[in-house]
Amino acid sequence: MIEFERYELREGPAYRFELERREFFKLLGGGLILLLVFDRPGEAQESGRAQAMRGDARPPEIAAWLHIAEDGSISVYTGKAEMGQNIRTSLTQAIAEELHAPVSSIRLVMADTAMTPYDMGTFGSRTTPTMAPQLRKVGAAAREALIDLAAEKWKVGRSSISVVDGKVKNAASGESIGFGELTKGRQIMNSVNGAVLTPAEKWTVAGSSAAKVNARDIVTGAHRYASDITRPGMLHGRILRPGVFQAKLTSVDTKAAEAIPGASIVRGVDFIGAVAEDESTAAKAIAAIQALWQSAQQPSNKDLFTYLKAHTTPAQPGAPRSTPERSIEDSLASADHKLDATYTVAYIAHIPLEPRAAVAEWNEDNLTVWTGTQRPFGVRSELSEAFALPENKIRVIVPDTGSGYGGKHTGEVAIEAARLAKSAGKPVKLIWTREEEFTWAYFRPAGVIDIRSGASSDGVITAWEFHNYNSGPSGIEAPYDIAHRKIEFHPTASPLRQGSYRGLAATANHFARESHMDDLAAAAGLDPLDFRLKNLKNARLRAVLEAAAEKFGWRNAKSTPARGFGLACGVEKGGYVASCAELSIAPPGGKVKIERVVTAFECGAIVNPEHLKNQVEGAVVMGIGGALFEAIEFADGRILNGQLSQYRVPRFSDLPVLETILLDRKDLPSAGAGETPIVALAPAVGNAIFHATGRRLRSLPMAPNGLPSGAHATA
Amino acid sequence: MELIVNQKRYRIELDPDRPLLWVLRNELDLTGAKYGCGEGQCGACTVLVEGAPVRSCLARVSTAAGKQITTIEGLVQNGKLHPLQEAFIEADAMQCGYCTPGMIMSGAGLLKKNPHPGEAEIRQALEGNVCRCGAYPRIVAAVQMAERQMSAQTGGRHD
Repeated sequence: MIEFERYELREGPAYRFELERREFFKLLGGGLILLLVFDRPGEAQESGRAQAMRGDARPPEIAAWLHIAEDGSISVYTGKAEMGQNIRTSLTQAIAEELHAPVSSIRLVMADTAMTPYDMGTFGSRTTPTMAPQLRKVGAAAREALIDLAAEKWKVGRSSISVVDGKVKNAASGESIGFGELTKGRQIMNSVNGAVLTPAEKWTVAGSSAAKVNARDIVTGAHRYASDITRPGMLHGRILRPGVFQAKLTSVDTKAAEAIPGASIVRGVDFIGAVAEDESTAAKAIAAIQALWQSAQQPSNKDLFTYLKAHTTPAQPGAPRSTPERSIEDSLASADHKLDATYTVAYIAHIPLEPRAAVAEWNEDNLTVWTGTQRPFGVRSELSEAFALPENKIRVIVPDTGSGYGGKHTGEVAIEAARLAKSAGKPVKLIWTREEEFTWAYFRPAGVIDIRSGASSDGVITAWEFHNYNSGPSGIEAPYDIAHRKIEFHPTASPLRQGSYRGLAATANHFARESHMDDLAAAAGLDPLDFRLKNLKNARLRAVLEAAAEKFGWRNAKSTPARGFGLACGVEKGGYVASCAELSIAPPGGKVKIERVVTAFECGAIVNPEHLKNQVEGAVVMGIGGALFEAIEFADGRILNGQLSQYRVPRFSDLPVLETILLDRKDLPSAGAGETPIVALAPAVGNAIFHATGRRLRSLPMAPNGLPSGAHATA
Repeated sequence: MELIVNQKRYRIELDPDRPLLWVLRNELDLTGAKYGCGEGQCGACTVLVEGAPVRSCLARVSTAAGKQITTIEGLVQNGKLHPLQEAFIEADAMQCGYCTPGMIMSGAGLLKKNPHPGEAEIRQALEGNVCRCGAYPRIVAAVQMAERQMSAQTGGRHD
């Protein structure tokens, strides 16, 4: 049941891509096909396939392929999925940069298990650092292949040929030819494993703010998300859910449901659903089923943190763990300033605005499923297991998806739709209700973090002991220079199903660490910025911290009981972030409003500045919810606030003035940006509350109903 | 029952209690309006009925019968995008885009009622629309951009 930080799994793909050379051409048509082969096996485990293709001498590990058809259309195939990170645009830019063709001339085929190379999934901010360089290589290799073809055609040396704006040109004769004409009547398949790439300083297309490539389809409603797919004869499904988690069905009566005209009941071993020609009849049928469930007592959010610490499980092999050279007790004992504090974070829900949805269609024993997921190949494996079908009989297609945030790694809805469709003998669409998505998906892990620390009288941190229970190891290492540290992650038997979330546990670990840093600074009598800089050598982190503080006006920001200023910083997944927050705080018991947030972010060479800024802003806005008011309440196996009317998410009225500083390091490889900008917001807000009120809030969310009572210092 | 959607007339036999959203999506194959919550809390299902924004997941189809219903698909006129649609592209006011049709329809309803809203009025009018990706600042900017564009088209402000 634990979907814990799945992206850290590194199992090899079980999948064999069976395409033969001629099948490639059958699938894609004639022209030029370029296969990109991995040069490092490690990459193949994340994208591409680890096993050799059987039957011919073709390359064993394929990352991506590019096809230039005889009509000149350019298609590039990748197993990554688009769900709002704008990688369809940034990856197209990467190819355009190297191929020397307009962005608008390149079509990206993504996340379709029958059409694209294997990919482990779209998560962990991995697309930009791993897939973008691969697609750039395939673009560069295609350009070189076109030059070869032109040299052969015109019988001139390669040096007089160039590719400019989607045309191949001969400088000697002034001739020019389209890609399609060059490849016409040919079936050329090359495999390459490397190419000389354009350095970031010389980028002209990558590095610029290209508009979202399918924006027109989005704003006109023409784009079909998985939940919008229709098939001929398609029925609509619904699933019977237990009232509580881990319940066993003890009795069921479906007579009334079966009597509803147009409805059919589908029963399996542990599964009851309904299908009908319209969604409302299916829902009525499910509502008419009389079912009794038996369940055991389960923990509630009120006793959650005690429960987590009492239910630790053995650490996974390879879990991060650092132990001090000398005993942490000795280091603490000799410190001038000592602190000991516990922090907690609640379970929260992802709430992708498009809930889980799938359309399943059987054609004899071949299954096609359209679904929104971050792991198309993983979902295919789940389907293969559920129906005991070989993977080559299953096709999973992921239309650009209505967001995920780490919440769509699993294939429940695909399996359910396929079960219903199999029984109905017709295609079936299943869209989870918002309540189902709240209850039966999975949550960001809750957690408890204990920190003990010590600092010298002049503000040097000398001891650091950090224990995270359940929420996860991401971002657990302190970026500060601390001589004696002991850092451990303790997995536990989570009472709720949990899994990945934007930034994973980095949000929890940064909240605890960066809150604690301000408390240590206060104990040492130092300004929080000075204290951090004093204990921090990492130049990239210092750069974002100083950039954010300067733009924010940190040196002149003096907190009052009604106005709080706070900062925090961190590093995660190759990205460096610092956030400064300004809050207005109403009198005791009053509302906390984040008025202004300055965020500085650096993730190497920037691929698309406007979309990067959009990601940073989005992460900050999403972070507001987890920082101030989002929390799942539960008791006895029930989610108590599993509806949008009961669970508050950030809205327009919560929006602060957002200022974003992007540091472009063209000398460094690009890292992903979908996650890391979220991690510094919560501690910056907590620190601002602390500086305004003198009260340290150590639980996320910090102010679900305004400031907790007593949060104002009595003056 | 007669439905007038995007100036097209449909005569269909329907359970009058079915939510308008599902009739649009499943009977007329107009899938631009999205399901997000089913309780009028997220605005992804917003359409215009007689020019006013309506949460189609809550509205029974019978309440919209015979009235002018406009969905996101109906905003494009002769292949030309509505200024709001142009502005959402221009301002990059989307990430996953699932909330975008509802945002644009709420914005269209606002601009019909109040052609020159201030920033606070825009935020207030869109408060019932959720963008979980957090593109809020860009959405405000897009509505402002569309307002300026529409004012220019109609020869300036008349208020």
